[in-house]
Amino acid sequence: MSTLAHVFEEAGIATVALGSIGAHIQGTAPPRGLWCEFPLGRPLGKPNDADFQHRVLAHAFGLLRSPEPVVEKFAESITDDGTETMSCELPPRHDPSLHPAVDEANGLRPAYDRAVAKLGNRTGAGRTVSADDIPAAVQSFINVAEGTPWKEAGIPGIPARVAQDIRGYYETAALALAEHAPAAWAGARWFFTSTEAGRAILAARKSMADAGEKHPIWFYITPGDM
Amino acid sequence: MADSDVKALTGGLEMPDFETTAFATPPPLAEATVAIVTSASLHHPDQDDFAPMDTGYRVLDGSRRDYMCGHWSPNFDATGIALDLNTVFPIDRLDELAADGTIGKVSDIHLSYAGNQFDLSAVRMDSGPAGAKFLRDQEVDVALFTPV
Repeated sequence: MSTLAHVFEEAGIATVALGSIGAHIQGTAPPRGLWCEFPLGRPLGKPNDADFQHRVLAHAFGLLRSPEPVVEKFAESITDDGTETMSCELPPRHDPSLHPAVDEANGLRPAYDRAVAKLGNRTGAGRTVSADDIPAAVQSFINVAEGTPWKEAGIPGIPARVAQDIRGYYETAALALAEHAPAAWAGARWFFTSTEAGRAILAARKSMADAGEKHPIWFYITPGDM
Repeated sequence: MADSDVKALTGGLEMPDFETTAFATPPPLAEATVAIVTSASLHHPDQDDFAPMDTGYRVLDGSRRDYMCGHWSPNFDATGIALDLNTVFPIDRLDELAADGTIGKVSDIHLSYAGNQFDLSAVRMDSGPAGAKFLRDQEVDVALFTPV
């Protein structure tokens, strides 16, 4: 981000860069930078809080008055302590002939569709795997977890991208099931700790790592600290 | 899993070095045309998704609200932008600032890049300057850069 700011400024466009990681924005020293200590994925801080977002923008645009390069820190911080998890009910078992994770993915479809109808689809399924094909994609990771080499398991694309669509499908559905706007990362924690599909993906990732597959193939299936 | 742990993973990344810091002087904000440049890999559904290590950019239509996040990294919270586009791409906030006269005009077009780059040379030498020229041709004075 800061690299682009340098480049755009050289072309004559005044820039203001928001940054969520202090060491990055201070280390790359954009012409004008505002370090906002917010969770990754939320550079304006709080979803559906226009007043908060305007405070961020007011500080950011205020940097345009500086006569020289400047990096400042926004006064308010939002921190994630790694504990809050989304709370939402998962669908009951419907088809015992299916793996629980596949049955679960099928059962979440109405909630997913409600969420997309209400919010649009910005991070749900569809980058590689359509919503219709999410259950089959979940099954492919189950296959890996149960020992099938990943190239033979039916994963319909690059594993990290397919996993991202599955996680996106679940987190989007969860927004329709939960009665609250989740804190940052609460949806991801819910997916990987509370759902059958999340556990299947974690197991597949471990299976791929244990099999000696190339690091990027399995590492980026989940957030890097998992 | 915690945000601080994910951020810590980036601790060893090498920072690009700029010997000098370019510094443009904009017109007063109340007279300036403002665009958003995001590294969130946003694109409209009818545009190409971002490929891995895609160093290009997509031109975003500020009159539309149908955006997909094509970012490849799993290392960000996705529910913020799912709930509210403005959490990453504050287009409605800019429209409000234009309506109250704080900024002169919101650009009709905005740009999106993929931020998860390991090799910045192509962005620095090719797609970055091309995107900047494109915005200058659109008479953009100020660019707000947002990550994801």
